[in-house]
Amino acid sequence: MTTYAAPIREMLFVMKELSGLDAISTLPGYEEATPDLVQAILDEAGKFATEVLAPINASGDRQGNRWADGEVATADGFKEAYASFCETGWNGIPAATEFGGQGLPITVSTAVLEMWNSANMAFSLCQLLTLGAVEAIAHHGSDALKNTYLPNMVSGQWTGTMNLTEPQAGSDLAAVRSRAEPRGDGSYAISGTKIFITWGEHDMAENIVHLVLARLPDAPPGVKGISLFVVPKFLVNDDGSLGARNDLVCASIEHKMGIHASATAVMAFGEKDGAIGYLVGEANRGLEYMFTMMNHARLNVGLEGVAISERAYQQALAYARERVQGRIIGDKSGDKKPILHHPDVRRMLMDMKARTEATRALAYYVAGCMDRAKAHPDEAVRKQNQSRLELLTPVVKGWCTEVAQGVTWNGIQVHGGMGFIEETGACQHMRDARITTIYEGTTAIQANDLIGRKIAREGGHAMQALIGELKATQESLAGHADGGLQKIGQSLARAITALEQATAWLLAHYDSHPQQAAAGAVPYLKLTGNVAGGWLLGRLALVAHQRMGGGDAEFHGARLVVARYFAEHVLPETAALRDAVVDGAESVLALPEGLF
Amino acid sequence: MKVLVPVKRVVDYNVKVRVKADHSGVELANVKMAINPFDEIAVEEAVRLKEAARATEVVAVSCGVAACQETIRSAMAIGADRGILVSSDAELQPLAVAKILKALVERESPALVILGKQAIDDDSNQTGQMLAALLGWPQATFASKVAVLDERLRVTREIDGGLETLELPLPAVVTTDLRLNEPRYATLPNIMKAKKKPLETVAAASLGLDLAPRLTTLKVIEPVARKAGVMVADVVQLVDKLRNEAKVI
Repeated sequence: MTTYAAPIREMLFVMKELSGLDAISTLPGYEEATPDLVQAILDEAGKFATEVLAPINASGDRQGNRWADGEVATADGFKEAYASFCETGWNGIPAATEFGGQGLPITVSTAVLEMWNSANMAFSLCQLLTLGAVEAIAHHGSDALKNTYLPNMVSGQWTGTMNLTEPQAGSDLAAVRSRAEPRGDGSYAISGTKIFITWGEHDMAENIVHLVLARLPDAPPGVKGISLFVVPKFLVNDDGSLGARNDLVCASIEHKMGIHASATAVMAFGEKDGAIGYLVGEANRGLEYMFTMMNHARLNVGLEGVAISERAYQQALAYARERVQGRIIGDKSGDKKPILHHPDVRRMLMDMKARTEATRALAYYVAGCMDRAKAHPDEAVRKQNQSRLELLTPVVKGWCTEVAQGVTWNGIQVHGGMGFIEETGACQHMRDARITTIYEGTTAIQANDLIGRKIAREGGHAMQALIGELKATQESLAGHADGGLQKIGQSLARAITALEQATAWLLAHYDSHPQQAAAGAVPYLKLTGNVAGGWLLGRLALVAHQRMGGGDAEFHGARLVVARYFAEHVLPETAALRDAVVDGAESVLALPEGLF
Repeated sequence: MKVLVPVKRVVDYNVKVRVKADHSGVELANVKMAINPFDEIAVEEAVRLKEAARATEVVAVSCGVAACQETIRSAMAIGADRGILVSSDAELQPLAVAKILKALVERESPALVILGKQAIDDDSNQTGQMLAALLGWPQATFASKVAVLDERLRVTREIDGGLETLELPLPAVVTTDLRLNEPRYATLPNIMKAKKKPLETVAAASLGLDLAPRLTTLKVIEPVARKAGVMVADVVQLVDKLRNEAKVI
């Protein structure tokens, strides 16, 4: 087991150069987020992540949660860590100040959230779900709901959950069956079974506020008949104190592959006379409300991919520096040295590092778009950023989490046999990472969103605008005096061509050959992610090259090497992915069902 | 009662320190810096005194380069009310820092100066003692417990073989040991508030003191790497080696 140290310098570099932090801190409402304050916040958050959350990551994984009679006891140390987390005010970092949050830019909370996820992904899911619920109530709830629930949820005294999935309604939420009957006093009696409810039951907070999708008796069938309800574990009295236990119970918790310390609950609502719930916004618009915050949740899951990759990299690097094994090929001294000196171990670590930095670059870049889309005074700029944000959201979610699979996989490989042993700690990262490509919409769902809603439905304009920017960076690189940057530019040119060709094929075939298009959706998403990652690392390399003469040549030099590795080892994958998109659908669809 | 807390900016305790290539010191370029952990304990103690209504104001002081402002902000995020940076780009050795602090004490008139027993960079363990001597104040070093009793302090200190309890009149200088308290984590709202607290800068040169270093560093080198051990055949051989080679028994 190794500890975690937040890569604050890398984070700040990306926040400044790609998110546009300096400009964001001049936007209305974000004036407080000056660079020195952001540095102080990252320093303190990094300390908290290292000292409080990281030490209970492995123990939480081993111990998991214990369910008995509807109650869930969290792993040792989680209750205390959560209390400290709330006391220090971290829970409400991006939430509005009117409800006790700090109203900081998404760019800042994104970096902080990455730290929580790296240190302890299972723990940080609780905050993620609570903040998602806060967002839903803040955007769509009545003032009464906001005032009753938000202050305690922002402080973390109460936590939140999302109750969407049912046994028959997974990715297809149109199949939701839970029912809501009016009780005549404005509230509703909720009944039904929900599964896969993250942090659905636990002992860290005094109340749990469930957001539940259910159908009213007169609701139309399908997605247009689903409403959203607030259903608290303990009812809240008019004076804000906690009242009676609501009619809902955690029927069991799942035995999972990873994120063991986060309880995944089966929730039974209304087994007696109906759980009391309160309608959020208007009837039958629940799914639409969930989707408004789903985008943010998807970015946050993409960020989990970045975070777990970073943790796996740090773990593998520490081992590679320490483990002495074998003689190094071509090393005349004949001394035994740490395995970091073996070329293939270096290749694996470079691969982990470069892919992790590329995913971070994309996630933070999109966080910056989110801040501008929300707070920029110029409507045209807001629109432009909103469009970029929508285009890239499925890529952040799908690509960053898919990349994390390979990075955590290599994390084990670097360890050799020790990596396969649970006590080493490398396995946990791979097991924890595994859920990220599944929940909050699988990679295929992200990919279908990308090729359908985000590209084909709007004629590919958002993608064309992005490609225009890719080309501008590519030209700066290819025309640069530095040979290394030129090489990155040449590789990026081929990758951009691959993206253009795949996009043109999609636009030409999406309507006429929907199955063929869908068969190539995931390769297309990965292609987009790789090109975007190469583009952003290239932009960072251009900045780093300019600063090479300054005081920090080592740091900036490393950025050049990382971008070059990505250009030489990852960008070539784009040609293969293009081929799979434009010429690979037939074999996907050819085999008769019976021959599988 | 006003409390003055000197805080030093040092290499973060998590950083693996490297010696500079020219052996003139340790590498500080682009190394993560932080508040000296012993000083952080001093800040925590002062803030607790304030929370217990024993202290009225906590003033954090740091001497050194402009970046020491970050260290002062860290102290203010824990709860110090305001800060003073005594700016100097020159090397400041313990005696120079003690002289600067004496000048600040004369200006600020605190009843208590509480600081770390030593800084984790050079481990000098001198500043507090020198300051007490320069001021002619009583001192209690290596404090593991501090109680304010009206005009006096009762300080428990860690000494070889046990604990010693001293009572001293105020004003006084106290230096902190590791077990005095466990510093809190700064809360996010307090980190944000710290930015708005007053932080005054005083040029060290304006104090009219002789701050010239008294010690010259000749060379800084890494400790000798541990040599590999040897297997001994039996206990007899082990005892023989301990007696005749290591000469420890």
